[in-house]
Amino acid sequence: MVPGTLYVALWRGDAAGGAFRRYRVPASPRQTVLDIVTWVQRHEDSGLSYRFACRVGMCGTCAMTVNGRPRWTCRTLVGAAARDGKLEVAPLANLPVVKDLACDMTEFFEKWRRAEGRFQPQPGAGPDFAVVPPAGAARQAADAGIECIGCAVCYAVCDVVAWNPDYLGPAALNRAWTLVNDVRDGTRQSRLRAVAGDAGCHACHSHQSCRQHCPKHLNPTASIAGLKRAAAAAALRGGL
Amino acid sequence: MSARAETGLWLAQRLSAAVLALCVLVHLVTIVLAVQGGLTAVEILGRTHGNAAWAAFYATFVLAAAIHAPIGLRAVAREVLGWRGPALEAAAAALGVALAAMGWRAVAGLFA
Amino acid sequence: MRAAGAASRWPARGHAGFWAFAAHRISGVALTLFLPAHFWALGQAIQGEAALDGFLRWAERPSVKAAEVALVVLLATHLTGGLRLLAIEFLPWSDRQKTILALAAGATLAVALAFLLSLI
Repeated sequence: MVPGTLYVALWRGDAAGGAFRRYRVPASPRQTVLDIVTWVQRHEDSGLSYRFACRVGMCGTCAMTVNGRPRWTCRTLVGAAARDGKLEVAPLANLPVVKDLACDMTEFFEKWRRAEGRFQPQPGAGPDFAVVPPAGAARQAADAGIECIGCAVCYAVCDVVAWNPDYLGPAALNRAWTLVNDVRDGTRQSRLRAVAGDAGCHACHSHQSCRQHCPKHLNPTASIAGLKRAAAAAALRGGL
Repeated sequence: MSARAETGLWLAQRLSAAVLALCVLVHLVTIVLAVQGGLTAVEILGRTHGNAAWAAFYATFVLAAAIHAPIGLRAVAREVLGWRGPALEAAAAALGVALAAMGWRAVAGLFA
Repeated sequence: MRAAGAASRWPARGHAGFWAFAAHRISGVALTLFLPAHFWALGQAIQGEAALDGFLRWAERPSVKAAEVALVVLLATHLTGGLRLLAIEFLPWSDRQKTILALAAGATLAVALAFLLSLI
């Protein structure tokens, strides 16, 4: 092994299939996995496809599978992630591949929509601002989950998503929970119906892989537990 | 399955779990006490024949198990075997009926 | 190498929450397999004392005793896994939950085995 060189394997292929291809990349201090991928595309193979945007850990676009775990590549230092200088980068799991390291996020956001993950104001909401105490229990619950940027790391690491293709997934359910706790929202009942069905919140087995891997340190398991309680309460009151 | 049905199953699972937790503890203690000094069939049947309180307890135990096990296996069948829809629900219901029938038959045999 | 892009069946093996789930699921399936056998054996009692006696003598065998130990371990495992789930679903979230439940699980198994040693 040449000192100062990394031996990286990047997955190349598309929806029909593919394989890892090896590259030798010069090592440098405080290199991130995104730096590696970018170097390969610029100096070795301009045909390598991958996604990034902000490069500074804000947008979540660069999420990929690094040595078997989904991570933001711009925030993953090679020294921390690479074992013996070996790095294996693949597209996110649980999502169809478009090409190389870019996956198709359509189903991720389709499930977000199916979980009614968007705000609908209560009918008759006037032009005045709603008064929502920030210290109130509902707002605290919503705030705990509101920082999700839809990077799909939790979706990629979730076993139930892998085992049940219809499962809405941690991100969509987490968003639904923040909206269930939004006192301005007017579609609580239909949202609870949307998330408590066949492949909804009850399919979660609380592995907490989502919580472990979320780069924003959110806790979808807790949000999903909240949805289970809310659905049960609604069902017992006859309102589901 | 609808949200209401799925939520109902979730509730039934948690409630039957609570009942089972209690029943299992009582059952284990009972068995340990019964086993001290060895069991014979005469001894067992002597204690259980005509004992309405124990019959009621074990009938409830059987019912809780017959509710809890199929709901759990339903999730396993869905995720490991990929079963869906009416086939899944029918299989789970059949298991529940079978467990209840076998269990209550055993209770009847010991208490009647 | 594992084909990427295709959904892996095991995206997240290897951390505590996953093993708790695995133990809970395996013990649950095993208990469901055991239950009909247990009911059948008791159903023998309907045929009278002789049939039940015959079964009880068979149950004295060491292999059956070993199976009884396994059974109590399965029950204890499933019960503590279930309690962990109930805590996650109903109690306010606390990072110390995992530790507390792990300790409870250990204690339960210890008690269960102590019961069994008095049996054997």
